[in-house]
Amino acid sequence: MCGIVGIYLKNEKLKNSLGSLLSKMLINMGSRGPDSAGFAIYKKEEEEKFKYSICINELNFKDFEERINKHLEAELKKNSDHVILKTSLKPEVMLTILKNHFQDVALVGYGKSIEIFKQVGDPSEVVKKFKLDDYSGSHAIGHTRMATESAITTDGSHPYSTGEDECLVHNGSLSNHNNLRRKLKKDGVNFDSENDTEVAAGYISNNLSNKKNLKETLKDSLKDLDGFYTFITGTKDGFAVLRDEIACKPAVIAETDDYVAIASEFQAMAHLPEVNNAKIFEPEPGVVYSWGN
Amino acid sequence: MELDLKKLELRNVNDKLQNLDRKTNERDFTIINPEGNHAICAGLDKEMNVTIKGHVGYYCAGMNKKATITIEGNVGTGVAENMMSGKVHVKGNASQSAGATAHGGLLIIDGDASSRCGISMKGADIIVKGSVGHMSGFMSQSGNLIVCGDAGEALGDSLYETNIYIKGNVKSLGADCVEKKMDKKHINKLRKFLKDAEIKNHKAESFKRYGSARKLYNFKIDNNY
Repeated sequence: MCGIVGIYLKNEKLKNSLGSLLSKMLINMGSRGPDSAGFAIYKKEEEEKFKYSICINELNFKDFEERINKHLEAELKKNSDHVILKTSLKPEVMLTILKNHFQDVALVGYGKSIEIFKQVGDPSEVVKKFKLDDYSGSHAIGHTRMATESAITTDGSHPYSTGEDECLVHNGSLSNHNNLRRKLKKDGVNFDSENDTEVAAGYISNNLSNKKNLKETLKDSLKDLDGFYTFITGTKDGFAVLRDEIACKPAVIAETDDYVAIASEFQAMAHLPEVNNAKIFEPEPGVVYSWGN
Repeated sequence: MELDLKKLELRNVNDKLQNLDRKTNERDFTIINPEGNHAICAGLDKEMNVTIKGHVGYYCAGMNKKATITIEGNVGTGVAENMMSGKVHVKGNASQSAGATAHGGLLIIDGDASSRCGISMKGADIIVKGSVGHMSGFMSQSGNLIVCGDAGEALGDSLYETNIYIKGNVKSLGADCVEKKMDKKHINKLRKFLKDAEIKNHKAESFKRYGSARKLYNFKIDNNY
């Protein structure tokens, strides 16, 4: 099963309520995915710095802070067991530092505007723990997981980072992920789990780094990814949606003058402002839809 | 009687409609604030009129028998699935598998229906005023599927004896589904359906009829499917 949600604001007036709108969507989709939840929230910052979303798990924040200070200059913001690390260090440098000195933490996402939080547990607990209600921003996507392919772990939770300011959530299952993982590993893509969605994320980021654009990449995934899926990919300026051509996995889109929202089921959007007057439709199978890109 | 799903539990609302109080003569109900809930009005088996004001979730009016249910909004997966009799009228669009396995009754969809509309239907009549998605009428066995718009890929794949009438374009036909001649009796039957559904802008003569070539009924060594 799994539930996926997303909201993209067309009207800036709603930006302070982005977190609370998304949080209700995630809580509602707990019925489709009670095992873990996660969300990516996009907020443009004034300064040109990079934000690294890091899950420190059981680690003590003070210890982590001390260790970070030994390696780089950064501003740290703790949110439960996640830390947002703000620095001017570029991803290629930062990723190497993390790889060499911080193997006990997990980088869940990075970019100039994205922040990712994900953890095991009931979605209503997860959104409370990360205080999603208090977040503002321009757009956000989220996921509630019913684990099928791999274990219930933070690694197995969505969203998956697919590159700078990019991430992926997935409802469905892929059947050729082991073959594809093998192939991508040869191309130098790293994987942290046995999860099928991580392979899709690796596939997308690999294509994007080979200078393909997001629309092309998603179109290509129709022939390279075998299985059932509805994908939402978050990007710096918006999000894109794709359903496989069999289209067993649901998705409903509601669009008004103020926002575009997507969810696995309409009930997750029933609380959105003016939703009963929204244009409501299902994305067609095999067609890439995008907003803000 | 008005039933507000913001105030009442869905289970209580369905229970009330499934077990009508015989001492009262109340047979008209309006459900407000459905908010996309699943299985609203599932399993009704008495004559009554229910109007749902808003969008609903999955399996709305499932297993319906005798009741007339109108949804003033969109419906999720499997509206009127396994309907036995009665009437279900969707004023908006329908998601996939509308009228799945329905044995009888009438399902009218004013908007579009997505994939697998009328999958495995066993005798119901489905009228879609808009278009239907891919694999509609898949393995359908009996009844009528009438579409005033277009049909997606693999229409009527592996079907048995359902009559499919399409006004617009068919993207492709599924295995063993062929176009068939519209005889006078088919035109008359279709005309009646259109009249009953108050469809005035489409003439019965302008539809094409599709049905089974009956080549999959028995195993044939030459079938290379």
